[in-house]
Amino acid sequence: MSSTVHPALAHARRLPNVWDLAALLGVFALIVAVAHVTPDTYKPIDAPGAVTVSLDPSHLPTYALRTTLRMFAALAVSLLFTFTYAPLAARSRRAGLVMVPLLDVLQSVPILGFLSFTTVFFMGLFPGRVLGLELAAIFAIFTSQAWNMAFSFYQSLTTLPGDLEEATRSFQLSPWQRFWRLDVPFAMPGLVWNTMLSMSGGWFFVVASEAITLGDHTWLLPGIGSYVAQALDKRDLAAVGWAILAMLIVIVLYDQLLFRPLVAWSAKFRFEMTAAAVAEDPWVLRLMRRTRILRLAGDALADAVGRVTTLRLGRAPGRAARARRARRGQSWLGDIVFFAVVAIVVLAAAYKVVDFIASHDVGWRDLGITVALGFATLARVVVLIALATLVWVPIGVWVGLRPSWARRIQVAAQFLAAFPANLLFPIFVVVIVRFHLNADIALTPLMILGTQWYILFNVVAGASAFPGDLREVADNFRVGGWLWWRRVILPGIFPYFVTGAITASGGSWNAAIVSEVASWGDDKLSAHGLGAYIAHATDAGDFPRIVLGVAVMSIFVLAFNRALWRPMYAYATRRTTLA
Amino acid sequence: MDATTAPLLEVRACRQSYHKDSSADLLVLEDVNVTLLGGEIVGLLGRSGSGKSTLLRIVSGLLQPTAGEVRWRGTPITGPAPGVAMVFQSFALFPWLTVQQNVELGLEAQGVPRAEREKRGEAAIDLIGLGGFESAYPKELSGGMRQRVGLARALVVHPDLLLMDEPFSALDVLTAETLRTDLIDLWSEGKLPVSSILMVTHNIEEAVLMCDRILVFSTNPGRVESEIRVPFAHPRNRHDAAFRQMVDDIYALMTRRARPAVLPAVPAGDVTFATPLHPVSTNLLAGLLETLAAPPYDGRADLPALAGSLQLEADELLPLGEALQLLGLGVLEEGDLRLSERGREYAHADTDRRKAIFADALRAHVPLIAAIRRTLDERWNHRASAVRFREELEDHMSPGYAEDTLRTAISWGRYAELFEYDEEAQQFSLEEDHQTAD
Repeated sequence: MSSTVHPALAHARRLPNVWDLAALLGVFALIVAVAHVTPDTYKPIDAPGAVTVSLDPSHLPTYALRTTLRMFAALAVSLLFTFTYAPLAARSRRAGLVMVPLLDVLQSVPILGFLSFTTVFFMGLFPGRVLGLELAAIFAIFTSQAWNMAFSFYQSLTTLPGDLEEATRSFQLSPWQRFWRLDVPFAMPGLVWNTMLSMSGGWFFVVASEAITLGDHTWLLPGIGSYVAQALDKRDLAAVGWAILAMLIVIVLYDQLLFRPLVAWSAKFRFEMTAAAVAEDPWVLRLMRRTRILRLAGDALADAVGRVTTLRLGRAPGRAARARRARRGQSWLGDIVFFAVVAIVVLAAAYKVVDFIASHDVGWRDLGITVALGFATLARVVVLIALATLVWVPIGVWVGLRPSWARRIQVAAQFLAAFPANLLFPIFVVVIVRFHLNADIALTPLMILGTQWYILFNVVAGASAFPGDLREVADNFRVGGWLWWRRVILPGIFPYFVTGAITASGGSWNAAIVSEVASWGDDKLSAHGLGAYIAHATDAGDFPRIVLGVAVMSIFVLAFNRALWRPMYAYATRRTTLA
Repeated sequence: MDATTAPLLEVRACRQSYHKDSSADLLVLEDVNVTLLGGEIVGLLGRSGSGKSTLLRIVSGLLQPTAGEVRWRGTPITGPAPGVAMVFQSFALFPWLTVQQNVELGLEAQGVPRAEREKRGEAAIDLIGLGGFESAYPKELSGGMRQRVGLARALVVHPDLLLMDEPFSALDVLTAETLRTDLIDLWSEGKLPVSSILMVTHNIEEAVLMCDRILVFSTNPGRVESEIRVPFAHPRNRHDAAFRQMVDDIYALMTRRARPAVLPAVPAGDVTFATPLHPVSTNLLAGLLETLAAPPYDGRADLPALAGSLQLEADELLPLGEALQLLGLGVLEEGDLRLSERGREYAHADTDRRKAIFADALRAHVPLIAAIRRTLDERWNHRASAVRFREELEDHMSPGYAEDTLRTAISWGRYAELFEYDEEAQQFSLEEDHQTAD
């Protein structure tokens, strides 16, 4: 983001220009559209059209709008959660001990299984109203968005630069001022990036969260997700196509209108003192800067934000050392009490889980089954990551070493990652049914459909960042062929690859629940795996098995992360950097 | 400058220790007394590890001393005091704020209304020579400009006391010099809205150039070793004979007490397992020994002259000299560095012989390395974990020091081929041929 003012902008015309007109129209259209659909959310459930979906494509714009609004509502809640949970976990040593692992678990486990349970709760809040269902859907989307955002913020908070932290204390900023002047800006690039990831993650759950089944009742909240569900049920391939088109448009719109400008804007918060090569501003950002009214509105907003964030709320902290020492005497006692309480809660929870499973005719046999199924899903994830690596690493390296290609492919890969792969499921299902393929194998690629792109664009990023002098050394000594891969480029891109693979593997576990079962009208396809187990249990409303399945899956994911990715990541950062 | 008689700042019997549960405290500062009056520039001069930056943080209220008292205008301080502002060595600018916003930070914290904030911010920016850069982001500025922003940010709150933590050490020589002169000019003309300046430095010339008083710190534990008044009027001339003499005297002062005089054969009799080792590269040591042995020094060099010709600062050269002394290869005395007999032999030997001399010196004079080698010799598999040694060191010093000390021991021992080290496994081992030789 450049701060130098272009002369043409400095002497901006006083009169609104043509961009102003376009911008105004856009803003008004948005307001009208939102105003149009909002009252629908407070209708009684039995009002006509409140909870049914028509496959007529002319309804799709409205459906798309409502789905988008739901997703942004969930995003807002996720941000709120991020801004409260992460600081608490980062600031308090004791809270952090519990809250960080908890976040790790929540992040790796799809809460989809508990959807029917939360639905009951939210419908109880607004009996007979659509709003209850809406909130349940928003909550489900929230559970797919919040964790990685909170985690990213937490990580930023624990890696704040020491000198800036000292500067805020030295100039006596209040906690509130410090939060907005140091904590949030420092976390901004990571937070924006994770918000984007969350948004695409959310699409995965839209289908499941908008079509809500509870016992014999099925409600379809108007939206793209339930439209797709309906189309799958009615075997309407044309409708699926329309839905994909609508979703494409929505994704392009919010990607272009919101995230591109956000990413470009957040670059100014990147904590580096060297001026990096400046990418071209996205057109929306240019529009905002050129449009008089939008700029004025932006300035007014910045002004208001400035006023609020510089309020001197809270007392400026004194010396950290003093506070710590003063507490040292009591901290032993506090620790004992704290850990005792945690231990009791954990034990009680463990007892509850065991008791719950045991008392609902879910025996140890089921445990054996879920563990075996877990290994089946694990095998799928491992094989898929390996395959994706074999395919995308050479391609990524090839592309990354050619800058003109790299930029184009980066954009495409990011878009593909944002595109919800479950929309393509129907196509797979049709093919599988028609050609009578083995569901155990043929359904497997679905898991990595959306997540493989992370490997691609991380490898591309790594290859483009590969130091030029090292490439020259390799050329100079005529290092070629397999030796070049083994000694030069693979170690060079390794940290980037690991980052991408971690994201891809996490995403694949999540996708298992949605992708190990697929249906097309009456044709139900199911692979053997833990994801399918959880999905079936959810369909049957079988809580004990949902609990068991989700618990076993969390353990698998955590163990997989700890045993494979963590050491790999540590190795990558230790070995492949000179510092 | 209106020098008032009542002291601005009083530090009484200040003591700072690094607390380690299992053993005695590691002393960083011991019995430090400092009084600061209005209208003076005081420099805290010392080597790295002498606790001078710690003292600055105590004065700024960022750190609470283990014992002792800090009085600001007569009242004990309990946190960052309103009349004290700090300039950081690393600049500590917020990359997402413009120059103007960075400068206004302290005023925002005080709740100064926006109009006044902007006015004062612009005044400070103009004063420090940054006019025209108000809307620039720090990353668009050069190092010298960035530190000017750091200065403006501190000055804008009109502090009574300006604290500077090695403010010019991250800058190149020319930029640093310009910034120093600009600051001193503003000070002499009475344009700085501050009453006193307390600055930390390890650069002797910088201290003599800028300060009215210099407090020289000793190391282990940090103590005010001596106080020197600088009587010269501003602007001062580096090439002035009296200026040079004072720089020489301070060098002598800082080396005189580096070690109590001991026999060169048994240098530094107080070296124990837990003596912190400064990370000094063996390449530098070898280079220094060669330089000393060759003309014009022929085995004896005057430290300021040596520092000048090698373009090293005092706190870079002194650890080298101390390392040589520790190993019995050189002797520090009265501002001179002298080669010992072994040192001379080393300088004239070939690579293998040098390694042998170095190995002997390490085993004789560095108990930590001797202990590592002994352990390896005793073990049947000739392997030992580094973790164990690190933990032992941490019983006696802070984790940072323990890390530095162990790293140094590893690098010295590797050079002398006393042992091998596997970074992945954090494990010492003996070389293969050593093992078969057993």
